[in-house]
Amino acid sequence: MFYREAGQFKTSYKADQALFPILQDRIGIAAILLIAFVAIPLFASDFFLTSIMIPFLVFALAAIGLNVLTGYCGQLSLGTGAFMGVGAYAAYKLTTAFPDANVIVMVLLSGVFSAAIGAVFGLPSLRIKGLYLAVTTLAAQFFLEWCFIRIPWLYNDNASGAIEVPRREMFGFIVTGAEALPITRYFVVLCITAGIAYLMANVLRGRIGRSWMMIRDMDIAAELMGVRPLQTKLMAFAVSSYICGVAGAMMVFFWLNAAEPSSYSIRLSFQILFMVILGGLGSLGGAFMGAAFIWILPVLLKFVPGMLGMDIAAETVEHATFMIVGALIIFFLIVEPHGFARLWQIAKQKLRVWPFPY
Amino acid sequence: MNAFVADRAPAPVEDAGERELLLRVDNVSLAFGGVKAITDISFDIRKGEIRAIIGPNGAGKTSMLNVINGFYHPQEGTITWQGKVRRKMKPYEAASQGIARTFQNVALFKGMTTLDNIMSGRSLKMHRNFFWQLLWRGPAEREEIAHRRKVEDIIDFLEIQAIRKTPVGRLPYGLQKRVELGRALAMEPELLLLDEPMAGMNLEEKEDMSRFIIDVNQEFGTTIALIEHDMGVVMDLSDRVVVLDYGKKIADGPPEEVQASQAVIDAYLGVSH
Repeated sequence: MFYREAGQFKTSYKADQALFPILQDRIGIAAILLIAFVAIPLFASDFFLTSIMIPFLVFALAAIGLNVLTGYCGQLSLGTGAFMGVGAYAAYKLTTAFPDANVIVMVLLSGVFSAAIGAVFGLPSLRIKGLYLAVTTLAAQFFLEWCFIRIPWLYNDNASGAIEVPRREMFGFIVTGAEALPITRYFVVLCITAGIAYLMANVLRGRIGRSWMMIRDMDIAAELMGVRPLQTKLMAFAVSSYICGVAGAMMVFFWLNAAEPSSYSIRLSFQILFMVILGGLGSLGGAFMGAAFIWILPVLLKFVPGMLGMDIAAETVEHATFMIVGALIIFFLIVEPHGFARLWQIAKQKLRVWPFPY
Repeated sequence: MNAFVADRAPAPVEDAGERELLLRVDNVSLAFGGVKAITDISFDIRKGEIRAIIGPNGAGKTSMLNVINGFYHPQEGTITWQGKVRRKMKPYEAASQGIARTFQNVALFKGMTTLDNIMSGRSLKMHRNFFWQLLWRGPAEREEIAHRRKVEDIIDFLEIQAIRKTPVGRLPYGLQKRVELGRALAMEPELLLLDEPMAGMNLEEKEDMSRFIIDVNQEFGTTIALIEHDMGVVMDLSDRVVVLDYGKKIADGPPEEVQASQAVIDAYLGVSH
């Protein structure tokens, strides 16, 4: 009833292959973009921007990156955190080596380095599949983390062993560094995330996206249809690591301001993997939903006791949040193992026939 | 007759034995460790014919197809494809040289729709690189639409318009087999290898599938090599039949001749050695 495509006829393949062929979807995405680009900057507080929206967008981008590899190409990876770290350290090296260059270009360029390293660690995927591949990507995680600690060149021999983001300006606005306004950072992060999400949506609906899904669903048949497994898998590793690298660079440049090797530990890899699984493997929208669930929900839960007027110690709230989020993860995975993206699909189907069951 | 059919010239009808050679297999042997799957087999496939490969279970029929499209590499013997002799070949090379195939147990891409599955058959014919794909607007979109047209012709031909946007995992078995045939046809192959296209189908589905196979062969001029256990279908469809048993060739010729062969009767009915 509310979500019915009846009467929306397509007269060309171009219209049928559009990103959002259904009118309701187009209205929905326009509303989301309007909120993100206009309403939030107008009304949101600095806390909301720095603690909720910026990290949410960074994680959503990282989840898109991992989703390309795991959700679309079927290659399980536990090295996401390290690939994000490569992006962060590369962006730091680039911007300190070329202080006058545009910092956003440097952030986008840093992904190239993580793409190259990701492709190298993707080489075993030709022979190794599934959980065993996950273990080999774990090697990437530990090796790269070791590099971040043991190679002082990477953090310019800084005594603290951490990278600190220098102040950089663009068109008269301070974009990075401690003095940058949350609103400026928010716009930069939003534009990069939305832009990459749109470009990836294009790739995923075309020949290359299909070849990744062919490898995921039936690699033998894919090979007999003319898809070269090694090239296709390495490309997925490279594209995925590029996106993760950019997300990692944004994480330190526009959110944390400084990062240590431990910021890019295995914990981060798991966090991103949970976002992808919970959001829905093989869905870009799911990456956003998963990132919202894993990042925003705990932050909001911490305010619930205060709003209800309950006087509970901060640690207790923290622990309660862990338990509630954990229980919700189990609940949602039992209800729908294919994640929020599938739940949303089911909801759309119900809306289509509402008020009747079918 | 739709556009897909009209595009391609019908094969001239001649005697099967007189036609141009498309593929020849010479003295091929394939063993897995001590197990001999294929022993010293030679036969040929001529342009435009329907060639059946039959034999009891475990005779080496599927292994033979796997050798032809490069999935297995035989230890001995050569394969001559369109005049070129080769010893072994990678599966994607076979695909790019015009060999397509369907599988005994349906090997569709389960997470994709019917349309995407058939579009995947066009992979080799699409060339826009990653950066055009990123942009989508312009060349990548035009290429996609041009190939979509061809795919829609195949969808019309196989009468599966209604399931275009359905994920193939949700389709009944008979339709999955049909989509798999569509995916192979989308490659516009010279040689189409069908591994038990009628296994597990009811009579009506078998009749449909037989009609599609004949149409593909006669209207498009595609050469077909077919493995099938339904003897009625094999005898009616095929121009020539090769019979394997325990990895050896025991008969080769027109259906009537093979049917009368004592070796074939023994292989199927069993004989005391």
